[in-house]
Amino acid sequence: MAVIDHEAELARAGANVTGWLSRIIFFTRRYPLGAVGAIIVALFVFTAVFADIIAPVDPTSTNAKYSLAAPSSLFWLGADFMGRDMFSRIVHGARISLAVGAGAMGLGAVIGISIGLASGYLGGWFDLIVQRLLDIMQALPLLVMAIVMAASLGPSLKNTIFAIAIPLVPTVARVVRSSTLSLREQPFVEAARAVGMGELRIAVRHVLPNTLAPLIVLATAQLGSAILVEASLSFLGLGIPEPHPSWGRMLSESAAEYVRTAPWLVIFPGVAISLTVFGTNLLGDALRDILDPRQRS
Amino acid sequence: MGAYLVRRFLLMVLTLFGMSVLIFVMLRLVPGNIADILVDASGADPSDKAKIAHELGIDRPIAEQYVSWIGGLSRGDLGFAYVSERPAIEEIAPRIPISAKLAGMAVLISILLGVPFGVISAVRQNTGLDYFLRVISLSGLSLPSFWLGLLVLMASVHWFGTIPIYDSNPHSFLEDVAMLGLPALTVGFRSSALIMRLTRSSMLEVLRQDYVRTARSKGASNASVNYQHALRNALLPVVTIIGIEAAFLVGGLIVTETVFNIPGVARFLVEAILWRDYPIVQNLVMLIAFVVVMVNFLVDMAYMALDPRIKFAD
Repeated sequence: MAVIDHEAELARAGANVTGWLSRIIFFTRRYPLGAVGAIIVALFVFTAVFADIIAPVDPTSTNAKYSLAAPSSLFWLGADFMGRDMFSRIVHGARISLAVGAGAMGLGAVIGISIGLASGYLGGWFDLIVQRLLDIMQALPLLVMAIVMAASLGPSLKNTIFAIAIPLVPTVARVVRSSTLSLREQPFVEAARAVGMGELRIAVRHVLPNTLAPLIVLATAQLGSAILVEASLSFLGLGIPEPHPSWGRMLSESAAEYVRTAPWLVIFPGVAISLTVFGTNLLGDALRDILDPRQRS
Repeated sequence: MGAYLVRRFLLMVLTLFGMSVLIFVMLRLVPGNIADILVDASGADPSDKAKIAHELGIDRPIAEQYVSWIGGLSRGDLGFAYVSERPAIEEIAPRIPISAKLAGMAVLISILLGVPFGVISAVRQNTGLDYFLRVISLSGLSLPSFWLGLLVLMASVHWFGTIPIYDSNPHSFLEDVAMLGLPALTVGFRSSALIMRLTRSSMLEVLRQDYVRTARSKGASNASVNYQHALRNALLPVVTIIGIEAAFLVGGLIVTETVFNIPGVARFLVEAILWRDYPIVQNLVMLIAFVVVMVNFLVDMAYMALDPRIKFAD
């Protein structure tokens, strides 16, 4: 006969986890891959914030003498054709990626949440029209939409954020709308209405907070996509303009011609992009398991 | 069923119409048009700008330009490319088979890699092998396709001393496949990650069903339960991912065709955007939207045919 060890079961489920430290230890034991992701994302954010201190030299300072210098003690990750230090450029590139990734995700989320909440809460004609508009936006792949938007806005940091944020809106809006649809029928919404609370206040104070769990999962996934799309846009010459050190742009400068002569210009920026997106994906998977148990794998 | 099809069809037409308006207006918001670029590039007299704009018809009101484009489109006339001054259809049509071949091979590769590994990962849940395969599939989603393409080029230089160059007139079918093989692998690897993840989660869900337990309790072998009872049902949701994949693939094609210098529609789109070649851009975007919308429609139909539990309400 199987004997259930209640204490062990409770500990496994995290019943006696209190305080930040034990929470972190519990998370790490239960989701080792998620913990790895969290460390990568933390490192990425740290590098982006303290780029000025970490980078040994100015990422835009050129020196023809060191054009295409191989990795050495002077240039840890080599130098590009203008003699700019690749390590410094990659460190500062983290700042660009974070700015675009977080900026696009944040802007897309704010617009998407507003549209989704209004659409789900108001229903009727408004909902119908909004849904058809979202259909139209979703008929194009994320990258194609971003390419067209980036081209029509012109290359700049602000425009790149905008060009990536708008294509992200439909997914956020759909997730918020579907949660809102079921939430607005809940007894607590009825109760709030019964005590005379205004509709806007109910939507923002009572419905919105309950849609947050799937949103956090989505936002983590979108951070990764936004970073990838920025890299692709810049790679195609439609994203961040020179002299900003964007990871995607570095790969476009160094593309096929340096594959033979200076492979370090191809390898390192790509590793930076892949590692960062890999980290957000690992973290996103773990967060989905925690916050959205229905989708637990 | 009939009413559902009609409604679905009307929605598709509405979506494509909306897309045509959106893309048309967005392209005309672009600061600087082809006339500016041509004048700047050739160093011609700026007073020629108005003449060029008039010749190309881009000085007319937007609504008039739109009506003339859609009118032409409905008759199969896509207008003239600004840059090459040839009919847009002649520029676009020969590139479609190239991209279609590449996309087809990529889908095949992604299914051949994604489904078996997804099944293995689910059957061996929480073992070292499962963790390994999950990390590989997640890394597939994290690598930018263009970087993967560059790495493939690098490996090719290292081992063969040369870069595969696209030849528009391959001598044999085999050469054609070999030429597109590496780019297709680059695009397909990313999509296979998506398929593997879905196959795994769908398989895990099916393995927990009562009928699977019944099969086991009747003494059916592990292989029989996994592959005869579970896999067939687990593959159903995988069909839906092909719809999502269509959108995913186009993104991969754009950068991969650029990296490998393949003259397909996806790379052409980027070139046309950089040149502000509106007739090409708007027709290509409509083509992509049409393909995505159509694939999604067909996937829905296939799903309905495959799963007898699904009946769409009239």
